[in-house]
Amino acid sequence: MSFVMGLNPMRTTGVKQLWRHACRLVAAAVTVAAISQPAYALIELDITQGNVEPMPIAISPFAGSGLQEDVAGQISQVVAADLQRSGLFRPIDPTAHIQQGMNVGTMPRFGDWRTIGSQALVTGSIAQQANGQIRAEFRLWDVFAGQQLIGQQFFTTPENWRRLAHIISDAVYQRLTGEKGYFDTRVVFIDESGPKDARRKRLAIMDQDGANVRYLTRGDDLVLTPRFSPVSQEVTYMSYVGGNPQVYLFNIETGQREVLGNFPGMTFAPRFSPDGQKVIMSLQQGSNANLYLMDLRTRRTTRLTNTAAIDTSPSFSPDGSQVVFESDRGGSQQLYVMNSNGSGATRISFGPGQYSTPVWSPRGDLIAFTKVHQGRFMIGVIRPDGKGERILTEGYHNEGPAWSPNGRVLTFFRDTVGEQGGPQVWTVDLTGYNEQLVQTPNFASDPAWSPLLD
Amino acid sequence: MSKTLFARGARFAAVVAVCLVAAACSQTRPELTSGNSSVAAGSGQDFVVNVGDRVFFLNNQSSLDGSARAVLDKQAQWLQHYKNYSITIEGHADERGTRQYNIALGARRAAAVREYLVAKGISPTRIKTLSYGKERPVAVCNAASCWSQNRRAVTVLSGQ
Repeated sequence: MSFVMGLNPMRTTGVKQLWRHACRLVAAAVTVAAISQPAYALIELDITQGNVEPMPIAISPFAGSGLQEDVAGQISQVVAADLQRSGLFRPIDPTAHIQQGMNVGTMPRFGDWRTIGSQALVTGSIAQQANGQIRAEFRLWDVFAGQQLIGQQFFTTPENWRRLAHIISDAVYQRLTGEKGYFDTRVVFIDESGPKDARRKRLAIMDQDGANVRYLTRGDDLVLTPRFSPVSQEVTYMSYVGGNPQVYLFNIETGQREVLGNFPGMTFAPRFSPDGQKVIMSLQQGSNANLYLMDLRTRRTTRLTNTAAIDTSPSFSPDGSQVVFESDRGGSQQLYVMNSNGSGATRISFGPGQYSTPVWSPRGDLIAFTKVHQGRFMIGVIRPDGKGERILTEGYHNEGPAWSPNGRVLTFFRDTVGEQGGPQVWTVDLTGYNEQLVQTPNFASDPAWSPLLD
Repeated sequence: MSKTLFARGARFAAVVAVCLVAAACSQTRPELTSGNSSVAAGSGQDFVVNVGDRVFFLNNQSSLDGSARAVLDKQAQWLQHYKNYSITIEGHADERGTRQYNIALGARRAAAVREYLVAKGISPTRIKTLSYGKERPVAVCNAASCWSQNRRAVTVLSGQ
């Protein structure tokens, strides 16, 4: 029994529209006619271990009719690249596939796939529709059980092919790991060009895999530390507009920018609350930086800390009840957790070195941070009670972690040495074994992940 | 001469000036302007070349050492004399720290300079502060000698 869901052609490339389509695409994750009987949970990847052996998976090049032949091939390549970069899957080189020329209706010869060691198989077809849209179908197969695990069908415009690929990757990831994926997401970051002593910085956005880079500011003003809203197409960041550094709100759909609040000094280090209704940030007054909360609807601000110290980099727990931040109130930069009304601040970092830029995992179980010790810059995680510290990556300069929406991957930037050196965006998963460079056109820093809309 | 060339020359001159100041202080009260007489007294160039527009800090510190205080004494004297200038004190950090903290650290350094100049009689209404954190290095090598030049507070003249 086939259920077909349609999408209107996209008239503009408006981001909101794109995201709305994404919602519908995901919501329409429906089963197309199964060739074999529906399966129970047969193969599943346990991703709770420290070091995961990647699952061998075959992505059979998608079949395309007519104009869509190239697109079909590209979609299957992006799916394979997504799964490979996660570190949880090992896509098998298509030239090693024994059964070639498959389309979504082809029954797999499971013995052929077992022979090359594949545990799962993805097949698909892309077809041109009379109205200019494309129809995309894919199936995920359990090779050992000889059964179909997923069959889905989507309609969209050809320009949307990358999003389609990421949505398929998310479906495969979720079915095989039991957790939500993060491939149909984007990353805001700071694009950096020009010499080191005269850097031009632009607010920019890209797909999580580095594709579709788009610049949101022109580089006239210094911009820093963008953060995605968890609920809307808005970014909060710091800008030196008019030589007056302040926290701003930027609407990605409209390009509109507004300063947040009317503070008697520099504001910086903003981050949204989990409900997206408030922004928490630092206000500099004289030698001290304290934390403030601003309600985006009432525009009222509340002071949360009041110390003769630098309190900055605040980040809410996912339930909104607590805030982690860095402070040098004890003499050096350390991590503190307090209640979201500012009470009960407790230090949680006690290892050697300085701890900064804490950010609470969307799962709530961990806090990621930058640690500087003996001239080395590390990205690590620690439990909110201060126990279980683990360093995930370490080197000359690693800074500014941000979580994937499923809480399994961190993005951060790594700076390289010297006059010609500069930052690039990387990802590392929670095992620490899977580091990946995100290719960007120029140097890039301060990455922050968008939510996965559902 | 291009603006950039001038700026680089001025930076170099400023570093030299800072090195010489301590010796000058120990002997006699420094002249209001001295050294390069080809520079017009009371000009922006005079301030940069003959007074010194910047002071430097130790790693993670914002306290003013003897040579920093000597430069600021000269700045205060000069600003007392040329009252039509306002100033912006720009605080900076080196690249070996994290971004948000460095923004606050630069602000703390600018605030230390501001407090010192106010204590020396410069009206607070003439002074603005601004922090660039680690975003505007002047020395780009990967060595302590460069990082120490970047940990600075620069007094920038305006208003004339």
